[in-house]
Amino acid sequence: MATRTPGHLTGAPVLTAADVRRDFGAVPVLAGVSLGIAPGEVVALLGGSGSGKSTLLRILAGLDAEATGEIDLRGTAAVVFQEHRLLPWKRVAANVALGLAGPDVAGRVARALAEVGLADRHRAWPAELSGGQAQRVAVARALVREPDVLLLDEPFGALDALTRLRMQGLLRRLRAEHGFAALLVTHDVEEALLLADRLLVLEDGVIAEELPVHLGPTRSPDDPAFGALRRRLLDRLGVPAP
Amino acid sequence: MTRAALVPPAPVTAPATTPGPARRPGRTLAWRRSATPLLLVTGWEAAARFGLLAPEKLPAPSTVLATGWRLARDGTLLTHLLDSLTRAGTGLLIGGGLALLLGALAGLLRVGDDLVDPPVQMARMLPHLGLVPLLIIWVGIGESLKVSLVALGAFFPLYFNTYAGIRDIDERLVEAARTCGLGLAARLRHVVLPGALPALFLGLRLAIGAAWLSLVVGEQVNAQTGIGFLMMEAREFSQTDVVVLGLLVYALLGLLSDVAIRTLERRTLSWRRGLRAT
Repeated sequence: MATRTPGHLTGAPVLTAADVRRDFGAVPVLAGVSLGIAPGEVVALLGGSGSGKSTLLRILAGLDAEATGEIDLRGTAAVVFQEHRLLPWKRVAANVALGLAGPDVAGRVARALAEVGLADRHRAWPAELSGGQAQRVAVARALVREPDVLLLDEPFGALDALTRLRMQGLLRRLRAEHGFAALLVTHDVEEALLLADRLLVLEDGVIAEELPVHLGPTRSPDDPAFGALRRRLLDRLGVPAP
Repeated sequence: MTRAALVPPAPVTAPATTPGPARRPGRTLAWRRSATPLLLVTGWEAAARFGLLAPEKLPAPSTVLATGWRLARDGTLLTHLLDSLTRAGTGLLIGGGLALLLGALAGLLRVGDDLVDPPVQMARMLPHLGLVPLLIIWVGIGESLKVSLVALGAFFPLYFNTYAGIRDIDERLVEAARTCGLGLAARLRHVVLPGALPALFLGLRLAIGAAWLSLVVGEQVNAQTGIGFLMMEAREFSQTDVVVLGLLVYALLGLLSDVAIRTLERRTLSWRRGLRAT
């Protein structure tokens, strides 16, 4: 089992993983992955399907008891999955408040819901929400915990293209306001370039490439530098140019 | 009986009826659906009145109701009813409690599943009403026999639905609850229990049905009180109206308990009709 040591706040990485290994039967999925995420840094983890991206994120979230390696989390982490995973028998506000302790839970929940633009839906049942709304509640559920690092497992993968664009904008805004670090697992190169400060490419069970993204805070796919970087990544992932 | 326990939960909500013009055909339909039963009862009454039915074979419904009123007024009916209800309640509590305990054990723990489930699966092949001769040898013909039969009848449907309800919970929801920092007890309370509740309600309804059935059989063996005793005694004196009244009481008990559980279910599981609630 990967050991998770809760750390104390220093300037050091908020989340480090060293030599993480995991195999399913005889098939090694992760063959010694090491990475570090600095406080406030957004790192995108790219890779083809079946490359082990989600497996790695589950290990970092402490959901995989059979992985080996060292995980060092300094602070708190929260997870947003590809599906919203809201409890259907709890109203929106109760879902956001799940497991929350401390003073003024109701106020914190209301503020988190307001931040994702769903202040008026706190009494709704999850079944009454659209896919995008439900995913925003899932983001609020993570956000209300004020995590030092947010683990995002293809959080917008199941949404339609327009909703996905809006959610990406929302995440950028929230990140600018709260300054959390994040690990974003995605197969969408454009999404990774829009949101991340650094890209990691997972291939054959190891981090095969690391790439800083120097595009500035107001980045857009129309930027030539953006296009060049995208082309380079697609080549790296084996997608031929049209 | 117990086989039915594995049937997936029936939809709790009737399909949403749209208000307005769509309601009228529904109402007409309700009238049309009650026409045949009303006609049958009227025909039965008429046949009895005109002497087509011998009173000792089948008395008129009005006679049965009059007998019911007479027995209710002198307190006989209430005494026997309370005795029957006590037996059903005690049996249900014992059988249902054991079913919840063992079902949760088998559903939640792998070792519980390995140790508890195989013998229960084997035992459910036995028709529990066929156990009456064996039960008489074991516990005699007194109260314990009636209570044991009810407990046995109630156990299986509730056990299987508890087990299935827990097993059917989406593992991904449990995982999400873990990432929200919920410990084992909190996960049981916020995820497992509400997730299994629809199946528990179905199990409870089937268990109550089985409990009444077991009671009917059990009360025909050497009972000194109870609705079943009332019927057996009336048969000896050819009081057919009391026999029919007993049947009517059993049917009403089944109907009332089912309505009560459904109401409780609708209130507790309001999230399932979330789309209609607002």
